Amino acid sequence: MARIVVDPVTRIEGHLRIEAEVNGGAVTDAWSSGTMFRGIELILKGRDPREAWVWTQRICGVCTTVHALTSVRAVEDALGIEVPENANLIRNIIGSSQYVQDHVIHFYHLHALDWVDVTLALKADPAKTSQLAESISPWPKSSKNYFKAIQDKVKALVESKQLSLFSSGYWGHPAYHLPPEANLLAVAHYIEALEFQKDYIRIHAVLGGKNPHLQTYLVGGMSTSMDPDEPGATINPERITFLTELAAKAQAFVDQVYVPDVLAVAAFYRDWFGHGEGLGNFLSYGDYPQGGVKDPARFYLQRGAIFGHDLSKVHPVDPANVSEYVTHSWYEYGDGDQNGKNPYQGETKPQYTGPKPPFEHLDVDKKYSWLKAPRYQDHPMEVGPLSRMLVAYASGHPDVKPVVDAVLAKLNAPATALFSTLGRIAARAIEAKVMAGQVVKWVAELGDKLGHGDLRVHNGEKWDPDTWPKQAQGWGFHEAPRGSLGHWVEIEDQKIKNYQCVVPTTWNAGPRDGKGQRGAYEAALLKTPVADPERPVEILRTVHSFDPCLACAVHVVDARGRKYTPVTVR
Amino acid sequence: MTWGVVQVFADQEPHIPGKDETMIPPNETFYGALQKKGVTRRRFLKFCTAMTATLALPPRYVAQVASALEKTKKPVLVWLQFQDCAGNSEAILRSSHPSVLEVVLDLLSWEYHEIIMAGAGHQAEAALQRVVKEEKGKYLAVVEGAIPLADDGVYCTVAGKTAISIAKEVCTNAAATIAAGACAWYGGLVAASPNPTGAVGISEAVPEAKVVNLGGCPQNPANTAAVLVHYLTFGELPALDQYNRPLFAYGRVIHDQCERRAHYDAGRYVQEWGDEGHRRGWCLYKMGCKGPQTTFNCPSVRFNDSTSWPVKAGHGCVGCGGYNFWETKSPFYERLPNVPGFGADVSAGKIGIGITAAVAGATVVHGIASAVRDRMRTTPPPEKI
Repeated sequence: MARIVVDPVTRIEGHLRIEAEVNGGAVTDAWSSGTMFRGIELILKGRDPREAWVWTQRICGVCTTVHALTSVRAVEDALGIEVPENANLIRNIIGSSQYVQDHVIHFYHLHALDWVDVTLALKADPAKTSQLAESISPWPKSSKNYFKAIQDKVKALVESKQLSLFSSGYWGHPAYHLPPEANLLAVAHYIEALEFQKDYIRIHAVLGGKNPHLQTYLVGGMSTSMDPDEPGATINPERITFLTELAAKAQAFVDQVYVPDVLAVAAFYRDWFGHGEGLGNFLSYGDYPQGGVKDPARFYLQRGAIFGHDLSKVHPVDPANVSEYVTHSWYEYGDGDQNGKNPYQGETKPQYTGPKPPFEHLDVDKKYSWLKAPRYQDHPMEVGPLSRMLVAYASGHPDVKPVVDAVLAKLNAPATALFSTLGRIAARAIEAKVMAGQVVKWVAELGDKLGHGDLRVHNGEKWDPDTWPKQAQGWGFHEAPRGSLGHWVEIEDQKIKNYQCVVPTTWNAGPRDGKGQRGAYEAALLKTPVADPERPVEILRTVHSFDPCLACAVHVVDARGRKYTPVTVR
Repeated sequence: MTWGVVQVFADQEPHIPGKDETMIPPNETFYGALQKKGVTRRRFLKFCTAMTATLALPPRYVAQVASALEKTKKPVLVWLQFQDCAGNSEAILRSSHPSVLEVVLDLLSWEYHEIIMAGAGHQAEAALQRVVKEEKGKYLAVVEGAIPLADDGVYCTVAGKTAISIAKEVCTNAAATIAAGACAWYGGLVAASPNPTGAVGISEAVPEAKVVNLGGCPQNPANTAAVLVHYLTFGELPALDQYNRPLFAYGRVIHDQCERRAHYDAGRYVQEWGDEGHRRGWCLYKMGCKGPQTTFNCPSVRFNDSTSWPVKAGHGCVGCGGYNFWETKSPFYERLPNVPGFGADVSAGKIGIGITAAVAGATVVHGIASAVRDRMRTTPPPEKI
């Protein structure tokens, strides 16, 4: 029996540590630990709720924009503010384009190197790579000379002996199965995707001023002024044309590069439909309102929960059923650590009881993570693109269902194959395709509103804090790229009294709860094969399939909580 | 050869073609390597010109930048992430001129950066250790995120080691350290009151490190690239202000460079979000804009391939380039906020202080003048100070 430690888990956001027991070439138990803590909610206490979004957005720069949106929704919910339709539309465009951006970066830059051996690209025949590329996609960059030039670039890098980011990979590992030509194709698209993401995200620069960390949200709407006749307006016909071009280019990239690549790579790794199954419970708050945030029935992506792999029933979701455990987390609750608490009653006193650094192993029988363990009706849940696509699929979503069916047909796999490492990757690509289409539609809709003189972007009725009640509380939600995100805010005397966030990666990467139930990563890692414990690329495959974002996950501190409680370090 | 990177590849020797072919000599130049990749001299000089302009160097330096880069063997860079949000890493990924590929593969050998590097766990640690040992005194370090000092540093560990122990080892052995963003500079948001984890910036955590601070939330990758190119060209960091920020990027007040400045001078202000002034791109001063108090080059360099910046997108500046902006510039929607030591941010030498003092004065005068004009023109909206 071997205890494997992977720390740092790289190609993720934040600080994640995985410890796993390996027996007979497979994982028999696993522990997921977040190893960084900041305490952003405590810092929010006493500040103006109208600017909470500026602060919470800094929870994460990869999932930039998502905490800003969730925060303004929480404050709007507390104060009973309805935003103008244009503001909702602009938020939908920002959110859906973030899916496309994030999913492309995840596949090529955070995940691909688990499946692609860069060094094998040197063995490829560029002519055959060209044939392969043209057989799977009409994407124009597919000539023999193009791939030869990419290969020469890789060769020059290797010969320079300065391999930069690629110096430490698991190259030559027996778990890599792609033929050299597919490796070369993937390397070419790794580079193209780097170019793509920096160009595409100018959508956010137009609508947010910059990316990362957009700066145009307002409680009550958006600061992106609209006017068909003013060059000084943030949104005018010239800008709509620019957004339209970017949206169309992204749709082409997703349809002709990302999706075909996922299908091609998946075909060589079909065994990974059999690994990384995980919990079988899936949660989605739903998002992309088309008639106000209070009307989930008209959300573009549905709200719902699936339990025990049962796709025949989608259960309703109520945020009152969310609770968080600290039984195995470095916090303590006033009335004991065995029971969960709803975020409105949440408390968080950091209490580090782990080993004194530097350390070799965590004491996994006790507390071992800075993440709490969120549960829905006491069930551990998986969140993210797979959850959203399963909820949509099981609900018969008119845009999602045909794409899921087409992908499954192409890969000759049943719907149950989606409960897997490869299923998460496929679901993310499916979602990127569907949402890239929505960006195009919503930009057109915004242009239409502009043309018809509907220019309202902000509801200022409650902008003045003197119009607020003495006390208020609200819940904001968003389906962020990585899954269900919720902010809970309490306002008193025009200031933030309490603020709590329960974020996607806390759901997925959290530790065991009071009943000993594993979190989503821990469950998905069970039975994952490990050919070489020194180079556990298979563990990375399953963990990366969730697209971890630890900065989001580890930051929770209750406003009623601590300030420098004494810490026992063993 | 003792290069660790080669040792990694040595395990897979059969995969390396051209093993017996002529290797690039060890003194291969940056430009030579570019030439091999088909980069033309014209494209190369264009890049040098862009960098020279960002650095505000006189045009005659183009040749010097070009010649320095031609001679330079790629220096090694490591990027450390501590109590961060990865926003600064993401910003570098969006770098346009040079592109991230040019920065990461062509200008430098980028050997450790958790968010994007190939290896993980032991292999990642080995890559960092190799650089610290074999490139001692020669490599550049970038730090992103704050460093927690409370409770023996347990609030951030990587590979079981505290952030502070890693920072000490890596930054004291580096030729120079770049603090990317507000958190690495002075602790940023993480150090905002009540600073639950005792977070500080790299200069405070490792006083012996030679640090250049790139404020901003996040930093602007155009400035970061320019600092790197300056270092490659002249072998030293660019001129810095008293906060160790490069003067070329932090030497001028935003308000003075702002495209909406003419509206300010003419007394045309946005009074409510979405009003006529807002639609016409008038001055955001009354909506809480901190441009008059902040030095940064956002209005000229902008973000995301020079597409926009917050004021262009209709929202006030929050002053993210300034020292401790989370505490001194918030509340972000209040005009003339109650900032202890108004103008404290302005650190860019005497010129900056002079300008800001003038701006501060002008700000007050304009505020009054505008209020008078408001009364003369229409019924004034209730004004919040």
